[in-house]
Amino acid sequence: MKKLTAALAGNPNSGKTTIFNLLTGSHQHVGNYPGVTVEQKYGVFRYGDYEITFVDLPGTYSLSAFSEEELITRNYIINEKPDVVVDIIDASGIERNLYLSMQLMEMDAPLLLVFNMSDIAEQRGFVFDIKQLSVLLESPIIQMVGNKGQGKQLLLDAVIEIAEKPKEPRLHKINYGDEIEQELEKIEKTLIVEESALVQKYQARWLAIKLLEQDDEITKSITSGRIFAIVTSSVAHLKSIFRENPDIVMAGRRYGYISGACQETIKTTAELQHNYSDMIDAIVTHRIIGLPLFLFLMYLTFFLTFKLGHYPMSWLEHTFDWLGITITGFWPEGSTNWLKSLIVDGIIGGVGGVIVFLPTILILFMMIAFLEDSGYMARAAFVMDRIMHKIGLHGKSFIPMVIGFGCSVPAIMATRILENKRNRLVTIMVIPLMSCGAKLTIYTLIAQAFFPEKLQPWMMWLIYIIGIILAVISIKLLRLTIFKGKSIPFVMELPPYRWPTFKSISIHMWQRGWMYLRKAGTLILGASIILWFAVSYPKPDASSQKMNLEYSIIGRFGKAIEPAIKPLGFDWKIGTALIGATIAKELFVSQMAIAYSVGDSKHDDMSLREKLRAHYTPLTGFCIMLFCLIYAPCVATIAMTKQETNSWGWALFQFFGLTIFAFIITLVVFQIGSLLS
Amino acid sequence: MKQKEIQPLSKIGSRKKAKLVTIEAGRGLYNRLASMGLVSDVEITVVSNGHPGPFVINVKGSKVMLGRGMANKILVSGCDDEKANSGSGR
Repeated sequence: MKKLTAALAGNPNSGKTTIFNLLTGSHQHVGNYPGVTVEQKYGVFRYGDYEITFVDLPGTYSLSAFSEEELITRNYIINEKPDVVVDIIDASGIERNLYLSMQLMEMDAPLLLVFNMSDIAEQRGFVFDIKQLSVLLESPIIQMVGNKGQGKQLLLDAVIEIAEKPKEPRLHKINYGDEIEQELEKIEKTLIVEESALVQKYQARWLAIKLLEQDDEITKSITSGRIFAIVTSSVAHLKSIFRENPDIVMAGRRYGYISGACQETIKTTAELQHNYSDMIDAIVTHRIIGLPLFLFLMYLTFFLTFKLGHYPMSWLEHTFDWLGITITGFWPEGSTNWLKSLIVDGIIGGVGGVIVFLPTILILFMMIAFLEDSGYMARAAFVMDRIMHKIGLHGKSFIPMVIGFGCSVPAIMATRILENKRNRLVTIMVIPLMSCGAKLTIYTLIAQAFFPEKLQPWMMWLIYIIGIILAVISIKLLRLTIFKGKSIPFVMELPPYRWPTFKSISIHMWQRGWMYLRKAGTLILGASIILWFAVSYPKPDASSQKMNLEYSIIGRFGKAIEPAIKPLGFDWKIGTALIGATIAKELFVSQMAIAYSVGDSKHDDMSLREKLRAHYTPLTGFCIMLFCLIYAPCVATIAMTKQETNSWGWALFQFFGLTIFAFIITLVVFQIGSLLS
Repeated sequence: MKQKEIQPLSKIGSRKKAKLVTIEAGRGLYNRLASMGLVSDVEITVVSNGHPGPFVINVKGSKVMLGRGMANKILVSGCDDEKANSGSGR
């Protein structure tokens, strides 16, 4: 068995991911590139005597040093030296797509060009002379229709052929014109003398091109002062001729080269006309209809998610209930055996409580994958951009924030759709302020306990709105302090509308669902056991629940933090519930129930509410809601933040930042409220 | 070379075509736009110039959406023949 590596490169929206999914199916692994937040996907495919590892590189338009994604792609090809670089090209937008190919050729990568979506190109009236084009570009070309699964075999055969063939030097190179070529030659000659190690790694011409483009990363790696001097004078010289930076002139020349190659080999039989995609765009990005339409689609997504998710969720709930009862049955009635308690209260209660959300999460991700793959998400981002831009975020940030109303964990995962790292971090930081489904259980309990029926819906509405306002304020603050910097002007490609395939949607859904399940099996399981232990031990001699709690680890902890939370109007019992709720927000309710020893909160909710009403004022009730809205996100969220930002620093910043924020706001509200009443 | 008057892209009406002259932007942004096909002399078709908001152009066969601020920074010269065939450069 021979091992090969093939890296997939291509523009965003070129159908690269679809082809990657087609090649690797569900045998995919997701990791992060070392040190960065961009995810790396790879999958292994066995074909004949070969074991081919496909690596999905980030979608890019170019290989400059201006974005993390482009640097990753470039460095991967230079450092890892894949046997083949498969460049996926949207055949209906060939010239723009070939720009990346030009740069790959300049790096002398072993290139395979894949003209994807050739069916759409055909519909649009393009006729390619593939043979001729292949000769001109000195690279093999194959045609594919990725979303229909056509051309997989061709691709695999071509990859093997390229990998096995001895590499031939390219005969043609892009001619940048006499003025630029002269400067390139000068730089090249000096490079060979002064920087022989770098030249071995990168090749002199490519280095010279990048230096003339004033590429930050390459410039940094140069140590020779002579080269700096030459490059500086070359850049100045070219600027005086072209009245434009050399990199821009060179970009123009590359496009010129592409136009030349395309003129002879591509014909358009039909005139490109206003197509149906334009008509849909006129409606969905309409300045009056656009926003309500987007809000409606968002509403529909949530409505269907919860409506459809309700059934499998209740089946799972029943299953776990049944499981708990069955296991309890192994012990005599009223037994206080520790193992029974651990399995039933700790593990089934904790892990089961999380797994029941799985169907809802799968459906939500299916909907989002549908909106993304169809091309609508790009339009939605545009519609929201007008509003989001005012607070310094990209329109796309709105999508994960909306998901946050369901659960922060998938919402943080969904920030992957944001290409800009700064925007992504800001969005992740404020997502917990979007009240999730679990916090809803706390709000319900408190609102019903302290406020008259007429006021209840308003209190709920108010707390959600406060969350949104606080999120806006936090974004503003973060953008002015830690994440300073100009907000990026909006430029985005509008992919053509496509009908998403079942396969690609189910792969998306599966990947995310699996991640969630894995978390439930590891993190949540561990946390549940720890919490169960903290509530149950150490045990005083046979005595009541109440005594038990006060004596337990968590009870002592609650007592210890009581002085700190007293100014917020909270006592130690609320303290224990707040600690428990950092594991999962729903635990606040069950912990309060234990603290007031009413047993199962589900069946005895009334009395818990009455007891709360007897013990606390409505002001304290409101402060509980407020504090729970803002303070430390649950462990699952923290774990996800750590995973997605690839740093404990950001996870801890989120944890403590939000807790301090909650403390200050609740303190102010409680103190002012106490003065007024 | 520049026979026609130079104006910001935002002034070009829907369905009209124009030739890019230059972009008044920093290196990073200019490069990003260049990699998306917005280089000197390229022909831009304005798909929709909605006041205010959605500014969609077609460049080299793909649709790109710009913010209004961006459209102000892109300088173009009008095309002589607005009915020019889209075949050129393709």
